[in-house]
Amino acid sequence: MSSVVVANPGRSLARGFGRGARDWIPAVVVLVATLVGWELAIEVFDIQRFLLPKPTAIADRFWAERETLWAAGWFTFQEALWGFAAGCSAAIAAALLLARFRPLGTALMPYFIAANAVPIIAFAPIAVAWFGIDKGSKIAISAVLCFFPVLVNTLKGLTSVNPAQIELMRSYAAGNVQIFRRVRIPASLPYLFASLKVASVLAMIGAIVGEYFGGSLTSLGIQIKSAAALFNFETAWAAIFVACILGISFYLAIALLERLAMRWHPSTRGAQT
Amino acid sequence: MSGVGSTEPPKSVGAGFADGGAGKSAAAAVTMTGLTKTFAKGGTTALQEIDLELQPGEFVSLIGPSGCGKSTLLRIIGDLVEPTRGTVLVGGKSAHQARLDRDYGMVFQEAVLYDWRTVAKNIALPLELAGWDRSRRTDRVKEMVELVELAGFEGHHPWQLSGGMQMRVAIARALSFDPKLLLMDEPFGALDEMTRERLNLELLRIWEASRSTVVFVTHSITEAVFLSTRVVVMSPRPGRVAGVVEIDLPHPRTADTREEPRYFELATQLRELLRGRTAEAVH
Repeated sequence: MSSVVVANPGRSLARGFGRGARDWIPAVVVLVATLVGWELAIEVFDIQRFLLPKPTAIADRFWAERETLWAAGWFTFQEALWGFAAGCSAAIAAALLLARFRPLGTALMPYFIAANAVPIIAFAPIAVAWFGIDKGSKIAISAVLCFFPVLVNTLKGLTSVNPAQIELMRSYAAGNVQIFRRVRIPASLPYLFASLKVASVLAMIGAIVGEYFGGSLTSLGIQIKSAAALFNFETAWAAIFVACILGISFYLAIALLERLAMRWHPSTRGAQT
Repeated sequence: MSGVGSTEPPKSVGAGFADGGAGKSAAAAVTMTGLTKTFAKGGTTALQEIDLELQPGEFVSLIGPSGCGKSTLLRIIGDLVEPTRGTVLVGGKSAHQARLDRDYGMVFQEAVLYDWRTVAKNIALPLELAGWDRSRRTDRVKEMVELVELAGFEGHHPWQLSGGMQMRVAIARALSFDPKLLLMDEPFGALDEMTRERLNLELLRIWEASRSTVVFVTHSITEAVFLSTRVVVMSPRPGRVAGVVEIDLPHPRTADTREEPRYFELATQLRELLRGRTAEAVH
């Protein structure tokens, strides 16, 4: 059964992933080679385990402590998810508001761009003081990290519509609300999703780094920090592995959502004109 | 130079409003009086004292070099640009009211399709905005798709179509809601010569079938002669009407029309008018 030849445009998703299978083979080869090379290098050069443990040792530890690690992962992921949801929805609402009231947007935009360049993660210790040592501070850091890139990008998407597309709507006597609903919002989706993907990564970073400054024992950040402090490097690496899996899954989930929301976009179809 | 400066309505072309003896300007499709447009930036006068009257069912081309304000004039008629002075009446209404009444079908140089909508949904957009129900929309879209010969492409997205096909979608969309006035701003300017000639023929066929009034902006002398019932020649800086030429070629026009002596005469007449006025304006 060939997964590559699909003519029906309605099957674009299946085709996208089907074609992916063949494209992924080189990447899988690279992964396997890296792991084998890593394992061998440690043997050959006699690298200390506190610098870099063997992949097999990390895998063993991951398996032995899988329940604790997944529980910690789930705990941290929830914080990231709430931060993402809060930060992104606030950003989208703000972008809609600022696109509707342009002078306000023009006045505030330089500050948003500046805020976007600020290493917000530096506020993590202060967030603990403001929002408490529990989930609150981590969610807040994730939310603020997500907020600015999503705001700046979505606002750009909403306002950089081809002027002729707006003129045409006006010639049909369309009002502002209709222009937003039928032109500005769909036109901004590529910008929005690009920023949501960035935000999904930032949300995980925010949650984990937030936890480094204290929090629940069943969280990835604390697991990594305390394991490293106790010279339990295999556990620290196994926890990092869990963070990677969760981060990548989160990113892919957003990418899938993007494909579903923008079936019309050439990039989701493997352009063929 | 016969026909220069003439503003007589053409014989035989107009479908005519049932105006029951109302005054001439009430029946006119578009009446422009003393239209002047000055752009604040640099104080350029894009248009100066334009007086024109278009009759229902006419196909009027605006031709002239870049900077003669022909696109601005079209946008003023369509209420997308405000004139600095003067008035536009469209079917006896203000241009603003005409826009709110959805009297305009607009086509720009680019097709300006909405990428996220299929061909069918692009054509249906003005109908959605006008509040047509789904079954009525579906029927009309089917009709329009057949009119512009795009049957089978209803489900395609704009990026899957050639430039000529995209323009046909734009024309179908502009005609879908039966606007009283079709405003076209160099719609075929970006297309290759062959596609352009084919679409010229299609546009004439559509115009003859729909009987709407067309205002058509173009750079091309031959296109203006081939399509129009009347050509308004404009001169630049400031934009003014340099002359109006009646195109008395018979209808329906076909590919053979392009080989008739009268076609070349009219093209020559337009060319001289354009050249003379341009040279004069340069001094």
